[in-house]
Amino acid sequence: MRIKRREIVGAAVFAVFAGLVAVLPAFVSDFKAQQYAYVAIYLVALLGLNVLTGYTGQISLGHGAFMAIGGYTTAILMAGNEEFGGSISGGMKDVWTLPFAALVAGLVGLAFGLPALRLSGLYLALATFAIAVAMPSVVKRFEELTGGSSGINLFGTPELTGSLTNVEILGQSLSFNDWLYYLCWTVALIAFVGAWLILRGRTGRAFRAVRDSETAAVSSGVSLARYKTLAFGISAAYAGLAGGLFAIANTFVNPDTFPIALSIYLLVGVVVGGLGSLSGLVVGAIFVYFLPTWVQGQDLGSVLPDRVIEETTKPGGGQIVYGIILILLMFLLPTGASGLFRRVGQWLDWRRYSRSE
Amino acid sequence: MLAASFADFMQQVVAGLASGGIFALLALALVIIHRSTGVINFAQGEMAMLSTYVAWALITHHGWRYWPAFVAALGFSFVFGVVTHRVVIRPVERGNLLRVVIVTIGLLIGINGFVIWQWSGEPRQIQSPFGSDIVNIGGVAISVQDIGTIAVALGMVVLLWLLFQFTKVGLALRAVAVNPEEARLVGVRVTWMLALGWGLAATLGAVAGLMTAPSVGLDPNLMQATLIYAFAAAVLGGIDSPLGAVVGGLLLGVGLNMLSYLSQYELFDWFTEELRLPTALLIILVVLLVRPSGLFGHAEVKRV
Amino acid sequence: MTTLLELDSLEARYGPVQALRGVSLTVTEGEVVAVLGANGAGKTTTLRAISGTVQRSGHIDFAGQQLKGGPEAAARAGIAHVPEGRGTFVELTVLENLKLGAYVRRARTVKEDVRRVSEYFPWLVDRGGQRAGTLSGGEQQMLALARALMSRPRLLLLDEPSLGLAPMIVREFFRTVRRLNEEEGLTVLVVEQDARIALASSNRAYVLEVGRVALTGSSSELQGDESVRRSYLGY
Repeated sequence: MRIKRREIVGAAVFAVFAGLVAVLPAFVSDFKAQQYAYVAIYLVALLGLNVLTGYTGQISLGHGAFMAIGGYTTAILMAGNEEFGGSISGGMKDVWTLPFAALVAGLVGLAFGLPALRLSGLYLALATFAIAVAMPSVVKRFEELTGGSSGINLFGTPELTGSLTNVEILGQSLSFNDWLYYLCWTVALIAFVGAWLILRGRTGRAFRAVRDSETAAVSSGVSLARYKTLAFGISAAYAGLAGGLFAIANTFVNPDTFPIALSIYLLVGVVVGGLGSLSGLVVGAIFVYFLPTWVQGQDLGSVLPDRVIEETTKPGGGQIVYGIILILLMFLLPTGASGLFRRVGQWLDWRRYSRSE
Repeated sequence: MLAASFADFMQQVVAGLASGGIFALLALALVIIHRSTGVINFAQGEMAMLSTYVAWALITHHGWRYWPAFVAALGFSFVFGVVTHRVVIRPVERGNLLRVVIVTIGLLIGINGFVIWQWSGEPRQIQSPFGSDIVNIGGVAISVQDIGTIAVALGMVVLLWLLFQFTKVGLALRAVAVNPEEARLVGVRVTWMLALGWGLAATLGAVAGLMTAPSVGLDPNLMQATLIYAFAAAVLGGIDSPLGAVVGGLLLGVGLNMLSYLSQYELFDWFTEELRLPTALLIILVVLLVRPSGLFGHAEVKRV
Repeated sequence: MTTLLELDSLEARYGPVQALRGVSLTVTEGEVVAVLGANGAGKTTTLRAISGTVQRSGHIDFAGQQLKGGPEAAARAGIAHVPEGRGTFVELTVLENLKLGAYVRRARTVKEDVRRVSEYFPWLVDRGGQRAGTLSGGEQQMLALARALMSRPRLLLLDEPSLGLAPMIVREFFRTVRRLNEEEGLTVLVVEQDARIALASSNRAYVLEVGRVALTGSSSELQGDESVRRSYLGY
């Protein structure tokens, strides 16, 4: 496999980023570490959704449901439900549940991907929307398994690492939030590399072919059914993984943990990050997590005038700003953050070439 | 025993027609917008809710009487629909599908936020223009409000039908939905027609909101469930078919009430009020997977 | 004899592709003018540029006034454009198609207009309620022509009317066009692939090549000149 210059630059940027991620907790508060942990969780989910929407062009307004599947898998395995299966009497340690969360969600995704082949564009968006809205009701229905409306509480259980005592690792003593941060970012970085590997190979090319022109893809021998379904499975697995982490981070799950708003925000995150590229997704994850707090005027109090803060902290004010920002972003930056990065990259290239004349 | 059962049955049918009428109005709005601009407007419910608040504000804060406020709210919704299309939708309607979806989601979030910001999220009361009397027709107790709702919904549908079939503007609207390029050649100002479509759709939504609010109370979440029922009705009837939207809405309304009625019997006792929404969602899924074009739509031919 | 339409160095592009590189032609009132040429020469683009359906630059004069704006403006100025593929509103009825033809007219004379038009297309009256998509290709072409007439246009633009039609029907169509020209004085600018029938039905012709006018003359001259026919018109 030939390695292009662009990929070397990319790898270098990644390494620097990973380095920053590794040392950050030392400089920020415990609370901030928790916030950044959530950013990592969203990044994992966005990586998956990007494969589906950015690479094969299938719109999903329901990935919150896959997160729910992953989250509940983790919670159920950790809680150890004696009625279900009977063999799982004690719980499973949180970290070990993660592969199962991804697997279960991924299988459901594959199962859904097949019938989803018949739907395109808006119809698929509607169908996935319906699933996401229905998920809380479905969860409540299977009370014995999911704990119904009250859900499953994980806080203080021995299976949840770091909730009772600090975590001892590599000679360091980590608080729950710091441990959470490292767990989530380790998973996110591995997931990032995983996505990158999947997408740069033949699978990625097939995905792109499907997105750009289904007709052309078929005539080049790309099996639509296979790759579109595969994309669903992969994206669902990622979402499930994120859902498992989400459950661990929240320390509980209940039907309201994964509302339709989550699915909507995930889609927003992918579009804002920029479809079909990985680097922008970090921006997307930050946007999805932080914007709701920023538009409430929090964290930005020193930057904006008091009058503005006053109006936006009134209930609903933040939402108005959020909506306006979304619309403006779609007008001004339709290609999202990665589109912006690309344009900056092109501008830098241009500068370099014109200066060399 | 049988007579009482029959009375119950008819009551449910009438109530189902009333709720179905509301679903039909909102579904019709969705269909009009999708036919003309190819967009699924996720903000349709919020726009309807906003117009309902406008009527409420006129009545409660400015002392207007009900029907003038109703008309004013319709006027507001029409203008709001036209302006929304021209300012927010037009720049993005031709491009990437996702972009448009996110824009309508942005509208949804923003409008919902505005209502909370302006009038707070507390539940409000808006009166029913038909009063809360119950009349007895052939032994069946029917609420006047249900009758009124059916009448208003029917009236709106008929008015719209008359507009589309017998006026020059209606013909132009239909032409734009069928062949916008050709419509331009005969001199139709297509952009304004599309905006007009959005205005009409918004007006239908406003009526739906105003008919819903008296019985469930007015709050920012007013139309969220109704929007989903409207999606189900539109998908069931065929997302591009106005007739389908109306039929789908009525079928859904009556059908759900039938399930409610039948739930007293053992075969159907699993059906609870909580399952109404999931049933509608199931309908969306089943129709999309089995026959995406719905009852009255045209099958899309995609040759690969 | 007044000049009805004058194109001066008209340019048009589809995005980065330059389709017209400076087309100049005139059409006098009461004439039938043909625009001929090979595929890709820019014939259809010329009509699109006139009706404003494509991005254009250069000068267009219609009835002494400069023509600006898009298709709506052209329609209101009295130009009726029958596009390639007929442009029928297939889901609407025959009568509705005709009514749309008269969209720009303010007068309440639609019934009378329909009657007037049906003198040339008598069979249309009986089919008024029929869905336009169920008509045959030839009938749809006639319907498109009838629809164009409903607006009482000063200039009729016809884009490849023979496309996809049997020769007999094409002949019938052009016969009707000639009738309209002779009886109503309708000015026609017709773009055609079939040079033979176009020349037989027109007064003058322009031959386009690669977005420019390569040749022009009276139709009878062009028909008679064998070398021209062979090199430019393919027969």
